[in-house]
Amino acid sequence: MSLTAKDVGEIIRLLEQSSFDELELESGDIKLSLRRGEGGVAPAPSRQRAKPAEVATVPASEPKTAQPTAGTSDPTARDVPSPLLGIFYRAPKPGEAAFIEVGAQVEEDTVIGIIEVMKLMNSVRAGVKGEVTEILAPNAALVEYGETLIRVRPAG
Amino acid sequence: MPIRRILIANRGEIALRVLRTCKRLGIETVLAASEADLGSLPAKLADRTLCIGPAPSSESYLKPDTIVQAALGASCDAIHPGYGFLSERTALARMCEDEGVIFIGPTAAQIEAVGDKLRARAEAVAAEVPVAPGGAAASLEDAVAMGREIGAPLLVKAVGGGGGRGMKRVDDLADLPQALAMASAEAGAAFGDERVYLERFVARGRHVEVQVLGDGAGRVIHLGERDCSVQRRYQKLIEETPAPGLSDDFRAAIREAGVRYAQRLDYRGAGTVEFLVDMDRGAFYFLEMNARIQVEHPVTEQVTGVDLVAEQIAIAAGGGLRLSQDDVRIQGASIECRINAEDPAHDFMPSPGTVREARWPSGEGIRVDTHIASGSRVPPYYDSLMAKIIAHGRDRAEALARLRKAIAESHIEGVKTNLGFHAEVLADPEFAAGGMDTGYLPRFFERKAAALQEA
Repeated sequence: MSLTAKDVGEIIRLLEQSSFDELELESGDIKLSLRRGEGGVAPAPSRQRAKPAEVATVPASEPKTAQPTAGTSDPTARDVPSPLLGIFYRAPKPGEAAFIEVGAQVEEDTVIGIIEVMKLMNSVRAGVKGEVTEILAPNAALVEYGETLIRVRPAG
Repeated sequence: MPIRRILIANRGEIALRVLRTCKRLGIETVLAASEADLGSLPAKLADRTLCIGPAPSSESYLKPDTIVQAALGASCDAIHPGYGFLSERTALARMCEDEGVIFIGPTAAQIEAVGDKLRARAEAVAAEVPVAPGGAAASLEDAVAMGREIGAPLLVKAVGGGGGRGMKRVDDLADLPQALAMASAEAGAAFGDERVYLERFVARGRHVEVQVLGDGAGRVIHLGERDCSVQRRYQKLIEETPAPGLSDDFRAAIREAGVRYAQRLDYRGAGTVEFLVDMDRGAFYFLEMNARIQVEHPVTEQVTGVDLVAEQIAIAAGGGLRLSQDDVRIQGASIECRINAEDPAHDFMPSPGTVREARWPSGEGIRVDTHIASGSRVPPYYDSLMAKIIAHGRDRAEALARLRKAIAESHIEGVKTNLGFHAEVLADPEFAAGGMDTGYLPRFFERKAAALQEA
């Protein structure tokens, strides 16, 4: 059995319409695991700040781009882990375009997002040169240290 | 304000200890764990675990902003800091106050008041709690005059120190000016505070501390005292309650002094007021106040039946004190051994690693607080506390007999532990007699070394 990108897309759609949060599929040497959002305690957006952030704020109203994790979608892609625990923002300011989208070409020092830790904004850089294949971390949500933010297929 | 979800900002046995009470109370738990602790028992048992940073504590457990951000991001009502790490840093308590997150502990101002040892001493004087003769000197001349008044030997203590850190003993008053200069420079380097003060050196002292609970509005009760005199280099190894061999009057006086001290601060939450008992003079002096839950709190819980963590949470939630002094009944005696991953044969060097097998004791009157099971890891980044084995009995003799049996039943493979050392101390007639001074363990080691040489 082999899976095409179309097949994976179809499976994701099935999962989205189902009442399940996780799906694990194993067949021969193919293993596919899909997870909806976060498990355990329901994730909650950062509480309203008393003061606006010093560097930049991104409205929590921006639609969340939670995408299912497709761990095996591109085996050559590399995980870009979060360097800090904090609130991840995809855009520099409210209403502005995101730093990167899927398909973007990034250099090691390309800023891919911002992590807020108690009103302090920290730029996150790709750390790898290549093409963005996935954006996993939802906007304006808590990310843990080491959590995969995006995936990049290294150039060359 | 009801507390529904707590961020536990700690690790090891105390993280699990707090977690257990939360589960019992139906409070959700979010554990803030470093990368090194993601596979730990508390991480497995918490409702949610957040990785806050890499293994070194300076990049994880010691970052107040990350801890508060984790609490906010996971919608926690409150933070329990445990002991150590950020439990007595004003930065965390203050940030919680600013962000509207409940800090399960005293106010930032109270932490500050007891963190400055000279200020803490002044509060003791104001509360009519005895302090050892001494104090701060404005000039070198003053210090020398004060030194003459106190008499040698005396101690030069750092204002920012505590727990045995930042102290210098002066045996000859002629050495005082030099000792002051050195202590001051060292204190500046170690604590960022050059201030030092003088205090009488107590040749034969016992470390006795009073457990208190305060509602933050001036009402304070005590839950008896603990004797923590079995120490090696100021590290407590065995603690017990009640403190053996004190007269009823002395015991009542020291408990009342602890309560008065906490009342003076309008203390909120659980705290411990430490005293040095001068055995030769039959007096006691205020040492310091620990504004947190203590490692040795279980012995108090065993004899009182009070869950101190639950009381901490209730007070933090605004429920005040649920107990009156008359509700606190002390029944029997309890002794605790701290089981550390360290090698007594090599100067108690830490022995981190993977625990191949862990067998802990059980039985009547035995409680084990531990996060270590077979396969658990003792990471090299943190303290080496693996477990606390606590015995309770109708009296000290029964508690001791149960503890001896419990230590003998314990078995750890994979890392070195001080279990054997505990077995030896518990078998020692001097320990069995009770009421030792803090010089007991050094004497115990000397005796052992002498016996080895003879053999």
